Amino acid sequence: MTTLAQVLLVSVLAVPALGALVVALLPARHDRGARIVATVFAAVTFVLTVLLVVPDAEYGWFTYTDGPPALLPWIDVSASWVPALGLDFHLGVDGISYPLVVLTGLLTLLCCAYTVSKVPGGGRGRTLAALLLVLEVGILGTFLALDLVLFFIFFEVVLLPMYAVIAGWGGPDRRRAARKFVLYTLFGSLLLLLGVFTVVVAAGTGDLMALTGGTGLSRTVQYVAFALFAVAFAVKAPLWPLHTWLPDAHTEAPTVGSVILAGVLLKMGTYGLIRVGVGVAPLGAAWAAPVLGILAVAAILVGSLVCLRQTELKRLIAYSSVGHMGFVLLGIATLTVTGLQAALIGNVAHGVITGLLFFLAGAIKDRAHTGALADLGGLRETAPRLAGLLAFASIASLGLPGLAGFWGEAFAVVAATERGGPLWITLAVLAAIGGALTAAYFLRLLRRVTHGPASPAVAGFAGVDRPEWLAWSPLVLLALAIGLVPALVLAATADPVAALTGALP
Amino acid sequence: MIAEVFGTALFGVPVLAGLLGLLLPAGDGGRARRRRAAALGIAGAAFALADAVFLLLVADDPVEFGVEAVRFGELPVTFGVSLGPAALYVALAVTVVALFVQIYSVGYLHDDPRYAPYAAQISIFTGAMLLVVSAGDLIMLLVGWEVMGVCSYLLIGHDRRLPEAPRAAVKAFLVTRVGDVGFLLGIALLGVSAGSFEISAVLASPPAHLTVALLLILAGVAGKSAQFPLHTWLPDAMAGPTPISALIHAATMVAAGVYVVFRLFPLFARSPGALAVLGVMAAITLLLGALAATAQDDLKRVLAWSTVSQIGYMTGALAVGSPAAALFHLLTHAAFKALLFLAAGAVIHAVGTNLMSRMGGLRPHLPRTFWAFVIGLGALAGLPPLAGFWSKENVLVAAAHAADGEGPAPAWVGWVVWVAGLLGVAITAWYATRLLLRTFFGHARSRTDEWHVGFDDARYERGPGAAHDPPGLMLWPVQLLAIPAALLGLAAFLPGFRSALELEAPHLEVSIVLPLILLAAGAGSSWWLWHTAPGVDPAQALGRWRPLFAAGFRLDDVQDRLVVRPVRALATALRLLDERVVDAAVEGTGTSTTRLGVVLANAHRAALPRAAVAVFAGALVLGVVAAIYGAAS
Repeated sequence: MTTLAQVLLVSVLAVPALGALVVALLPARHDRGARIVATVFAAVTFVLTVLLVVPDAEYGWFTYTDGPPALLPWIDVSASWVPALGLDFHLGVDGISYPLVVLTGLLTLLCCAYTVSKVPGGGRGRTLAALLLVLEVGILGTFLALDLVLFFIFFEVVLLPMYAVIAGWGGPDRRRAARKFVLYTLFGSLLLLLGVFTVVVAAGTGDLMALTGGTGLSRTVQYVAFALFAVAFAVKAPLWPLHTWLPDAHTEAPTVGSVILAGVLLKMGTYGLIRVGVGVAPLGAAWAAPVLGILAVAAILVGSLVCLRQTELKRLIAYSSVGHMGFVLLGIATLTVTGLQAALIGNVAHGVITGLLFFLAGAIKDRAHTGALADLGGLRETAPRLAGLLAFASIASLGLPGLAGFWGEAFAVVAATERGGPLWITLAVLAAIGGALTAAYFLRLLRRVTHGPASPAVAGFAGVDRPEWLAWSPLVLLALAIGLVPALVLAATADPVAALTGALP
Repeated sequence: MIAEVFGTALFGVPVLAGLLGLLLPAGDGGRARRRRAAALGIAGAAFALADAVFLLLVADDPVEFGVEAVRFGELPVTFGVSLGPAALYVALAVTVVALFVQIYSVGYLHDDPRYAPYAAQISIFTGAMLLVVSAGDLIMLLVGWEVMGVCSYLLIGHDRRLPEAPRAAVKAFLVTRVGDVGFLLGIALLGVSAGSFEISAVLASPPAHLTVALLLILAGVAGKSAQFPLHTWLPDAMAGPTPISALIHAATMVAAGVYVVFRLFPLFARSPGALAVLGVMAAITLLLGALAATAQDDLKRVLAWSTVSQIGYMTGALAVGSPAAALFHLLTHAAFKALLFLAAGAVIHAVGTNLMSRMGGLRPHLPRTFWAFVIGLGALAGLPPLAGFWSKENVLVAAAHAADGEGPAPAWVGWVVWVAGLLGVAITAWYATRLLLRTFFGHARSRTDEWHVGFDDARYERGPGAAHDPPGLMLWPVQLLAIPAALLGLAAFLPGFRSALELEAPHLEVSIVLPLILLAAGAGSSWWLWHTAPGVDPAQALGRWRPLFAAGFRLDDVQDRLVVRPVRALATALRLLDERVVDAAVEGTGTSTTRLGVVLANAHRAALPRAAVAVFAGALVLGVVAAIYGAAS
């Protein structure tokens, strides 16, 4: 029986897919019109993602004989697709995926709206808008998929449109950066594919609802599968030392590409690690947790120290992502409810704040025609609003309590402390020091860019215009709202996360 | 219900006023725009003040409530307010100072184009401090704590014309943030062991490694309250506009650390180790700050170092087990230090420089400011019956008691704090007298073109006429603050006030003789030096120690060598490692694959005879393999 909620769930993917098709088919002379159409489709998709919170009427009325399953979606849709491969078209949404789904809907909408008036040089605006919608399908599909093979397919769908966005609309060195991005992440995908088939062959099903909790998988299979998953997702997240595709891709990508890349694409890695890695192979996760924790803290420290010595605006923000994702991965590595929840809110906060930072960095670069910190300076003299927003985003990103970034970082540290023992306490201490270093490089950034006398590059800056306000203000408000009311993200996560960690040894 | 609303509004309204104020357009918007910003700022502070007074008068029981805001696993974070009588007095001090600072700033920054964000940031700053004061949950407290750090950063860096301002702002935030690494870890340890971050729960179930957790908390306290070795940011923070100095030094920021120790004191009382560390830290800070203050030429820097030293008295009182004395000194210090800074602003406004070597003979021209300084410096030095006398007396008595072995702290800690406190009295009297004489007495020094090199944040060029008292908007806050600076000490005779702070009654016994003698000795020697060699800085008497004191014992250099440079070097090395090794490996994989492809492609590009030979050779090999395989099976 198909309920309204299930129709809703499928249409979350169908609407942007249809939108991409429509936009791509519109004649070239209606370029601006096509971008507006794309924005409308993105807006509808966003509304639909928000509505997913309305649970199925039957939800909550099941009775279970042997306790609830480890994964219980609010809504799910299942249809057999390729029986020979054991592939089902199985989608579902729960408290873990919901915030990320909404974030994806929001950022795509903002990027489409931004593209209506600002098309980066390199290609047609409507093609870019269509690619953004295709990207959205892939990312939403990844977050919604409840079948391992389907998850892999969506994971891959994202790759080529992103390649096209970077290679088509990026900066001067865009082709090299795009190639590096696609080859590096393909390498990760290869391992993911191996992992998926290891699990599917061993368990005889790809259904995540059945697989979560590691039922039916031997210890060895779980170890192998987790190792494969971990490396695959570590490339995507990215986890040090598998991060070097990121700075190049970010520096060269157009503004909207960077926003999507940092805002939601990286989250596919961390989400995958929680849902697939920890979910399907809990024994493997427990086995690899210390290594993961050490690498996460290394990412925090290396990321922030490298940022201290960066000289380019977008590259600095890209590296800051390495540090922030390090906090998220540290939260996951603790394998505690506290840590996983910190990782989830850290994910969302990073998407909001770094999305905003890339919007701002893009706006500054477009105006100044340079991203070199040495050439920028005195922004608050010529563009006080832009400088104020940059200060806000930087302060949010350095984890100021009361803004979104705080919860994920502070509670990753708390979770490591909670875990206890010499290793995890050391990791907590190092991560906390990383927090101080994060403040150091963001303040250095602000001092270079906003303070001091106005440099020639920032002279005659245009103020923040209406499309920019439209795209940025939701992110500003969200950074503040999540900071003040973290329950916005975390309210529904407690049960699924507790169920997930329940399967851990 | 009323308590909930007013308890939340205490910090909520100033923060809201600040957030609204940030939305106001910056830039030179003319009078109407400035008036809106000023009205918003003053209204926020005035409301908070009225709220604090209302709660103090109406609430019989402490305002206590908490609702769970979010839950991380087993750890709930509550949105909770806990306002006892002592906290309300601190809130009162915060709001009074904040209100006066807002009013004063209207006059002081009357031609600053970025006044609107400035006033808004003061509002947020005030709200954040009030959040620290009223928080019933450590995470909430941390929110206020860090927001305050950011506001101090923004405000210290406010002045666009001072090249040193951005650097001082970054330093203030980073040094305190380094302390906050410990603070966060300490909170994590306390919270994890108590299973909750609520302060009442944390106080009830101390962790196994209590001393470790408290030392971590103390790291944060040292950063915020400018205690050795994390005090280095405070003197540099003088680059901020003078009213901001008043705010940071008197009621917010530096007071927060002392307040947190006060709040968690039941835990500290159980850990002699933490108290001993606190006591040693306090004694070092107290003497270091006082000695550094003796050699400064910058009026505001004298006051800044005096704050470092006076906070040392507060932490010293905490270390010897007397949180009440610490809080009392915090309150009196808030009054007289706010007075001194605002009055210093009036002087700077009048003469257009911060340097005392360019002042002198100002008494006839600034009579009201002069009297404000007399009261403020008298209170600072501990001259009876001004406010500082009573509170400092309390601290010294508490230290003497601890030296007798009473209280939770080891006796030697009592001795250390007592001796340092007594020496501090003499040194404080010395530099306070020097400041007064150098600024207001003697001959007016001739004006040269170099006059405007100091912290010129007032944006006032001295007019053609003689120096004069400031306009009413600046003068009234100064005059009104003189009242508590003079009289607040007598509050120790009020039973209601005493019971709120759990303060002991003032002792007017023999024990006050020694501090008074030291006070007279300090002030007298300073006067004598000035009197015998008119026009010469009494600090000349410090001889070769003077540069060392003036540089704050060169601890900035130590910090630079030990922390800043190694971190920078490490960062440079890691960046190279990241680019030359990690990324090079990735790129290398790509290029070597391409190169291998080229080699293989070349191998396949062969002329027909060689290609034919290769095909036959391949067929032969396959045939042989097949034959062997077939024979074997």
